[in-house]
Amino acid sequence: MKKAIALGVALFVLVTGTAFAKTNPKEDLKKFQNYYFKNFPNVPKNDFGNGIYALSKSLRDQWDSIEEFPPYELNIDRGEELWNKPFKNGKTHGSCFKNGGLGIKQNYPYFDTKKKTVKTFEQEINECRKANGEKPFKWKKGPITDVMAYLAYSSRGKKINVVIPNDDALKWYERGKKFFYAKRGQLNFSCADCHVKLPGKKIRANLLSTALGQVTHFPIYRSKWGGMGTIHRRYGGCNKQVRAKPFKAQSDSYRALEYFHTYMSNGLPLNGPGARF
Amino acid sequence: MRNAFCKVLTAASAAVLLSSLAAAPEALAAEKKAMSNIEKGKKLTFNRKKGNCLACHAIAGGKLPGNVGPPLLAMKARYPNKADLRATIWDRTKANPNTVMPPFGKHKILSDKDIDLITDFIHTL
Repeated sequence: MKKAIALGVALFVLVTGTAFAKTNPKEDLKKFQNYYFKNFPNVPKNDFGNGIYALSKSLRDQWDSIEEFPPYELNIDRGEELWNKPFKNGKTHGSCFKNGGLGIKQNYPYFDTKKKTVKTFEQEINECRKANGEKPFKWKKGPITDVMAYLAYSSRGKKINVVIPNDDALKWYERGKKFFYAKRGQLNFSCADCHVKLPGKKIRANLLSTALGQVTHFPIYRSKWGGMGTIHRRYGGCNKQVRAKPFKAQSDSYRALEYFHTYMSNGLPLNGPGARF
Repeated sequence: MRNAFCKVLTAASAAVLLSSLAAAPEALAAEKKAMSNIEKGKKLTFNRKKGNCLACHAIAGGKLPGNVGPPLLAMKARYPNKADLRATIWDRTKANPNTVMPPFGKHKILSDKDIDLITDFIHTL
């Protein structure tokens, strides 16, 4: 009898223990954002989307002068043209999306409950092209950044609203979270090492940005690239910098990361496309 | 007599000279080697593809240092035992699992020989 009670207690502890241990994205989000608000009391919430330029007055001044003639302006124009150019079957990209794809970027990435997977905006653009008999775009640069620049521009000011609808989605969130906090590469850095622990510090002359707000302004024109890139292009660059093998753009790993990473900036206004030097 | 004295003196000074000449190359060579090791270590410390220590640490003589880690100074006071400094460079995660310092030896970012040279240099700071 005693044994049975002990077993029962043990089982109870085990069951409730795991119940308590279940990831709570809402709690994560609150802790994550409050950490930055506490550590950067002079940065208004909506300014985190401006990256390192929210942290340094002198860099902000240089950046402001770049933004007067934004290097991504042509991309927006080209993107608009491409977006509205009819496919061979007469349809356009917009036919695959709610509201023609305009002003909806804040909902990406989202969890597709039927397919039980995370979908990114880029992914759905290429699915749309394939479904209409067109060749898909390359994932990291080129025309995809043009249309993404146009779509991001049409969504400026909308607040990020990534949703985790069920336990399947939670698994993807957890996978992304694990990616974000795991040390990797020969140099042994996690995303969080540089962008949670050390934002505002300098690696040589480079200021490290806050993870909060990193996702608001993609696609970006990056002076180092001499052109535009998608967020997965940037993820690949980060991984290479810590001497880790980058994952493929739109791989499960990067989509999971984007899901978690973007969720953590929920509530911040989109301000893409962006320019970074 | 005077001549004889001079001769003795000359012989004596010649002997002193000779013995110092004999001793000098060894001492000098050792000193030179230590110096060149420190110089080599300095180069490896500053080289972006090797130690790249300036990425995170301010070091006298290095430009545009990062500020992730503490400035490297008073190293003999901080590491009276040079082996401890070497162990820190080799794998800082052993003493502090949460460190952001790359484990230079453990992850083979640098060879053991390079780590010796870098330790030699950093211990002089």
